Amino acid sequence: MHVFIDKLVAEHQFKATDLLAILRAIQARYHYIPPSAIAHLAKVLALSASHIIGVVEFYSFFHLHPQGDYELLISDSITDAMLGKQALMDLLSEKLSVAVGAVRADGLVSLANTSCTGLCDQGPAGLVNGHPLTQLTPARIDLITTLIHQHIPVEDWPAELFAITDNIKKTDLLLTQPMPLGSALAAACKRGFTETLAEIERSGLRGRGGAGFKTAMKWQFCREGHADNRYVICNADEGEPGTFKDRVLLNQYAHQVFEGMTIAAAIVGATQGFLYLRGEYSFLYEKLAAILHARCEAGLLGENILGQGFSFTIKICLGAGAYICGEESALIESLEGNMGIPRNRPPYPVTHGYLGKPTIVNNVETFLAAAHITLHGSATFASMGTQQSKGTKILSICGDCLHPGIYEFVFGTTIKDILETCGATEVLGVQIGGPSGVFISAQEVERRLAFEDVATGGSFIVFNQTRNILDSVTNFTHFFAHESCGFCTPCRVGTSLLKQQIDKIVGGHGSAGDIVALEELCQLVKSQSHCGLGQTAANPILSTLERYPELYQRLLKKISYEPGFDLDAALATARHLTQRDDAAAHLAQIGEDHE
Amino acid sequence: MSKTLSIDGQEIPFEDGQTIMQAAAANVYIPHLCHHPEFTPHGSCKLCTVKVNGRNCSACTFPAAEGQEVLNNTTDINADRKKITQMLFVEGNHFCPSCEKTGNCQLQAVAYHLNMLDNHFPLFYPQRELDASHPDVLIDHNRCIFCTLCVRASQEQDGKDVFALSGRGITKHLIVNAPSGKLKDSALVADDRAAHICPTGAILIKRTGYTIPIGQRLYDHHDISDVSLATAETQHDQ
Repeated sequence: MHVFIDKLVAEHQFKATDLLAILRAIQARYHYIPPSAIAHLAKVLALSASHIIGVVEFYSFFHLHPQGDYELLISDSITDAMLGKQALMDLLSEKLSVAVGAVRADGLVSLANTSCTGLCDQGPAGLVNGHPLTQLTPARIDLITTLIHQHIPVEDWPAELFAITDNIKKTDLLLTQPMPLGSALAAACKRGFTETLAEIERSGLRGRGGAGFKTAMKWQFCREGHADNRYVICNADEGEPGTFKDRVLLNQYAHQVFEGMTIAAAIVGATQGFLYLRGEYSFLYEKLAAILHARCEAGLLGENILGQGFSFTIKICLGAGAYICGEESALIESLEGNMGIPRNRPPYPVTHGYLGKPTIVNNVETFLAAAHITLHGSATFASMGTQQSKGTKILSICGDCLHPGIYEFVFGTTIKDILETCGATEVLGVQIGGPSGVFISAQEVERRLAFEDVATGGSFIVFNQTRNILDSVTNFTHFFAHESCGFCTPCRVGTSLLKQQIDKIVGGHGSAGDIVALEELCQLVKSQSHCGLGQTAANPILSTLERYPELYQRLLKKISYEPGFDLDAALATARHLTQRDDAAAHLAQIGEDHE
Repeated sequence: MSKTLSIDGQEIPFEDGQTIMQAAAANVYIPHLCHHPEFTPHGSCKLCTVKVNGRNCSACTFPAAEGQEVLNNTTDINADRKKITQMLFVEGNHFCPSCEKTGNCQLQAVAYHLNMLDNHFPLFYPQRELDASHPDVLIDHNRCIFCTLCVRASQEQDGKDVFALSGRGITKHLIVNAPSGKLKDSALVADDRAAHICPTGAILIKRTGYTIPIGQRLYDHHDISDVSLATAETQHDQ
C-alpha cells in the first residue's frame, strides 16, 4: 500500500492541497481509507493524522471503514422518490441481502442513500463505485445484482446502464449563438480587458448560481489592490437537488465555459484557475481534461495566450460528496484540501480567497454567459429580460412534467409559461431553486422568473396534484440535516431539531403547540446560522406552512402537547426482559385518556 | 482622535483591526463560548451574534468600524441566545448537578446569565465516549460543545496539534491526534494550555475536580458578565 501511496503522492507533487484527489484514489482502490494509509499520508504530506481523519469523515464518499467491493449509492432526491426509488431500493436490499446503510458480511457490496446525483431528468439514479447509473427499473436492478454476484468489474458492465442523455429541450440566446473556438477570447484581446469588463458590466450579468451578485462588480473587486497572485474558480459543485444544467453545459459547452474563465483570468490578472467539479460528475473528468489539453495545444491556455503575453492554466478538482462545498468559501477550503466549512466573512474571497489571495468564484453558466457577452457584445443580452435580471436563465426542469430536461428561458418569463412549455398539467406547485429556494403554488404561477421575483440557481421541480407536499418537505428537511457542515450551533443542532420536529408532526404525534415550536425554530435557524445552508434550511417548512397551514393542522392531535415518542413502544425492551405482557405492562399515550 | 462605535447606544472606542468583541471587551459584555481573547476567533457558537446596522454578525469575527450601530443586550437577541444555549445543552449530555465543573463551567454560567430555566428542545441523548486513558487528563465527550478552544490552544500556545474536530453536522466530534486515538498516546501533558482551556467539563485535570467545594466556585457567586469584564479589565491594565 505504501508503494501505491508514494506513487500517488508524487503524482500530486506532495501537495497537501491535493488531499481530496489523493483520498479519492485511495478510496477507489481499497474501498476505504485504511489507518495505515492515513498514518503514511500524514508523514509524506506533513499533515497531522487528525486533519486527514477530519477530512475523511467530512466527505460522504470517503470512509474510515471498508465499504463493499461494489459501493452502491442510490440518489434520495425527491425527484428520484417520485420516480419510485423506494421500491427499487427495497428490491436491491432484498436481492443483494444487504441492509440500506450497511456492508454485506462478505464485503462484496454496500448499499446506501446519497444526496441528489444530478440526474433528476433520468432517474431513479445512483452511483456504483462512482459511476452514474440512470433510469433504474426492476429489470435493471435484476441485471445489476446478477453482475455483482458474478463479480463482473464495473468497467465491464453494459454501457446502457451508464447512458446519460443531455435532454436539451429549449434553447435561446446562450445555447444557440455560435462561438467558434477562441473567438470570444480573441474578441476580448481586441477590445482590451478593461473595456471587456465594462462590456460585461453594461450587459447587467448577475451570478447564475442563485445569489445574483453582479459579475462585473465581483471581478472589479478582485482586480483592485495589490496581490502577487489571483485565482479564478468555476463552481461546478452542482449539489442543489433538482439541478443538473451544469452537467449538460460541461458536457456540450465546456469550451465556452473555459473561454469565459480565461477571459475572467485576463481581466482580474489570474494565472491559475480551477474547475471544482462535484464528485458525482467524475464521469466528465476525462472528457474535460482532454478539452483543456486541446485548448493548450491551440494556444488558448498555457503560456502567452494568443500571443498576448498572459498565462493561464485550469486544473480540474473533484469534490467528494458535500453539498456545502457549493458555498464559495467552503469550496475554497475544499480546494485547499480541508473540510468544506464556510469561512467567516469578511474578508470575502475577492480579497482573501484561495490560499489567502484574491479569488473569484463563479457558476458554470456565468462563465458561459460572460464568454457570449464578450463575443457578441452586451446589447442583445441587456435588451432581454427584466429591469434587474438581464439575459436568459438555464433551468433544469424535472418532476411531474412530460419533458424533463434543460430549458433556456428569457428572464421575466412567467412560471405558467414555463410549466406549459415543459408539459406540466394538473400542477399542485413548483419547488423553484431547490430545497433552499421557494415553493410556488398553482395559484402563484403568474409570478416571473427573475432575481426580483422568483430567483433560482436552476432547479425547477414540478409537483402534480397527486403529490403530498409534506413528503417533499420531509425529504428536504432531512437533506439539510445530512448536509449541515456542523460548524455553527444553530445549523448543526437546528437542522437536526427541524428534522425531529417535522418527523413528529408528519408521523402523527404532533399537537397544537408543535406547530408554534416548529415555526419558532425555523426563524431561529434562518436568522442565526453562519451561512446560506442554515439560513435556507427552514425554507421548505416556512414556505409550505405559509401556503398550506391546513395540511399541517390536519395532522395534529386534539391535545395541547404530546411527547415526540411512543410511550408504550419505549417499554417494549422492558416487557421483553421481564417477559411480561399484561395490561399493567403497557402505558397509554397521555392526552385523550386524561382529559 | 480614536474611532468609536456604539453598542446599545453606548460610545465605545476602538482601534483599526479590532473586532467588535475586542472593542467591547472591558466595556460591554457580549455573551460568548468559543471566543477567547488569546486565540484566533472561531465564530462558531453564535452566542455573540449582535445586530450591526440591522444585520446579524458574530461579534468575535466582525471588524469594528467607525459609526457602527451595534445592538447587543436586547430582549430579542438574548431570547435567541438562550435558545442557542439550549441547543448546546440538548445535543450533548449535560448533567450539571453531578458534573465536576459545575460552578466553574462557562456553558452553565451563560445559561444562568440568560435565565435559561429548561432545555426547551427535546434531548438528543447521544452515545458518547469517555477517554480516561491519560494519567492526568480526562475527556468526557458528553460535555463537548465543539468550540475548538482546545484545538486552538494546542496549536497556537502549546505548539502541538493534539486535538481536532472531525465528522459533519450532528455527528461532529472531537478527536485526538494519536495513532490509537487515545489521549494517553498523544503529546498532551497536564501543564498544556489545551488541558485547561475547556469552557465546559469536557477536558478535566484528574484529581482536582472537588478541591474547591461546590457552592464556593466562581460562577456560584458571580455572573459571567462581571467575571468576563473584570478579566478583560485586568488584561487591559497589564
